[in-house]
Amino acid sequence: MSTLILAEHDNNEIAAATYSVVAAAGHLSGDIDVLVAGSGCGAAAEAAAKIPGVAKVLVADSAEYAHDIAENVAPLIVKLASGYSHVLAAASTYGKNVMPRAAALLDVQQVSDITEIESDDTFVRPIYAGNAMATVQSTDAIKLVTVRTTAFEPVAAEGGSAATETVEGTGDAGLATFVSQEVSKSERPELTTAKVVISGGRGMKAGENFAMLEKVADKLGAAVGASRAAVDAGYVTNDFQVGQTGKVVAPDLYIAVGISGAIQHLAGMKDSKVIACINNDEEAPIFQVADYGLVADLFDAVPELDKELG
Amino acid sequence: MKVLVPIKRVIDANIKVRVKADNSGVETQNVKMAMNPFCEIAVEAAVRMKEAGTADEVVVVSVGPSNSQETLRTGLAMGADRAILVETDDPLEPLSVAKVLKAVVEKESPGLVIMGKQAIDGDNNQTGQMLAALLGWSQGTFVSKIEGSGDTINVTREVDAGLATVAIKTPAVLTVDLRLNEPRYASLPNIMKAKKKPLDTMTAADLGCDMTPRVKVVKVTEPPARDAGVKVASVAELVDKLRNEAKVIS
Ligand SMILES: Cc1cc2nc3c(=O)[nH]c(=O)nc-3n(C[C@H](O)[C@H](O)[C@H](O)COP(=O)(O)OP(=O)(O)OC[C@H]3O[C@@H](n4cnc5c(N)ncnc54)[C@H](O)[C@@H]3O)c2cc1C
Ligand SMILES: Nc1ncnc2c1ncn2[C@@H]1O[C@H](COP(=O)(O)O)[C@@H](O)[C@H]1O
Repeated sequence: MSTLILAEHDNNEIAAATYSVVAAAGHLSGDIDVLVAGSGCGAAAEAAAKIPGVAKVLVADSAEYAHDIAENVAPLIVKLASGYSHVLAAASTYGKNVMPRAAALLDVQQVSDITEIESDDTFVRPIYAGNAMATVQSTDAIKLVTVRTTAFEPVAAEGGSAATETVEGTGDAGLATFVSQEVSKSERPELTTAKVVISGGRGMKAGENFAMLEKVADKLGAAVGASRAAVDAGYVTNDFQVGQTGKVVAPDLYIAVGISGAIQHLAGMKDSKVIACINNDEEAPIFQVADYGLVADLFDAVPELDKELG
Repeated sequence: MKVLVPIKRVIDANIKVRVKADNSGVETQNVKMAMNPFCEIAVEAAVRMKEAGTADEVVVVSVGPSNSQETLRTGLAMGADRAILVETDDPLEPLSVAKVLKAVVEKESPGLVIMGKQAIDGDNNQTGQMLAALLGWSQGTFVSKIEGSGDTINVTREVDAGLATVAIKTPAVLTVDLRLNEPRYASLPNIMKAKKKPLDTMTAADLGCDMTPRVKVVKVTEPPARDAGVKVASVAELVDKLRNEAKVIS
């Protein structure tokens, strides 16, 4: 028994999500190895070697791994998987893109987005937007699993000293090439790991009104999120979307502003420790999950909140 | 070019599902069913390609029980030309569905397969990536924009950090995200016309596909419930509660 973790990184740093995947792997039997596939990813590999609990870091430093191209990364996982009982990755867009491709090549039925590990072959995962929890048992010889990172407290970043091993690249599959990316830059904490999240919905009425939320966010050290309706309307970009088909967050405090609380939105935030909401419709379903609900016009309440926070 | 669109019949997105008393699954008896919303977006994308002249035929395919015919008829009413039902009463896992779809692709030779990024029942987000792998094709996942046609197309993908554009070789499998388009409603005349469009039926066994599940569902339970909290009367009270009762802000 041993686990291989597909690390997520930007060649320099290991992404927060991966520390949660290592925590999840700690619930499985056997050693934990981490695969760092990238181009010029030496610094990321060094960071991976410092994660407590990691036995070995496999480094595949090669041009074909430069841009997270699934067609190139999946064959690398296939090449390495035979030595492992489990292959884990975060249920991020990276993990979701690469892992099923590797699973199919290995003839394995992947288990997606797990929130609990009951044993080496039995996992709990949300289905139907989290309205039901399925306990599932995999019969495949190798288990390919993606992990809902908010369900596992990340391990520390320092303290380990894993051995590093170089792995040959598997070459460019010649199917896909990177063209460009538009990355939203923000000084605020990352949405999926922030301790406080303040999200706006259709009630915000315009993109520029999100500035009100940003002011509050900066006072609280919070990240800003949004509902699908706010993204669809173009108020904010897609990376803000919280929900069943967006990002899953579980901060200490989630503040929903002008969000009705549709099932699909709740799926992405109902595991938050404390939920507060501001909505002028007291019948809105968000009040059924909110610990503290304020019935008010957000255009009065948010500036007041900003003032109140000093 | 022919475009193949795999579509799934699921519980309507507006229904709150209920877990069965015996914990064997969720209640599907007398529950409103509909086409998976992401599959609607996929059908819309394919039909728009036909309208723009880059596709000449749109074929919808569904793997599932016989009542998936209704979903296929909805696809036909939206503008698909032909439908294929691969009938099976076995549990549907992404890997076995991908194997069936591979067999259909080999019969139909489409230039593009366009499908949903996720079925909102199992929330797996796997089938498209698996089909692409089995075919040895490129994959454009979570797509919000498709540009160009021919040997290479550019797709813009919705990723956690923002947007990423990749150039992928065709034939390819695309899985679509919410922002690609807004699917049309089928008009009454088109619903009538759809009844006459061809719908072929075959079984998974006809295609030589084994549907034996690899993952056993041990039990399905309710998620932990959240109690409704309190209403606060003012912003000041809200801040006070968050600070001194919940202690989540300083
Ligand atoms: C397949 C699928 C996937 C989906 N995935 C997601 C997802 O990942 N995330 C997601 O969020 N949604 C998702 N949705 C959409 C979801 O069903 C809802 O449509 C969406 O969450 C609604 O967003 P909203 O609450 O901002 O808008 P609305 O439902 O329109 O609610 C707006 C709220 O603002 C309040 N309001 C208006 N003006 C004011 C004011 N001045 N002051 C105070 N309050 C005000 C209103 O009372 C209302 O409650 C998905 C839907 C489908 C079908
Ligand atoms: N039984 C099925 N029949 C046809 N298409 C399917 C089926 N299951 C999944 N798909 C396709 O695969 C996409 C992703 O589904 P999933 O991997 O289950 O989340 C769906 O949006 C459909 O396009």
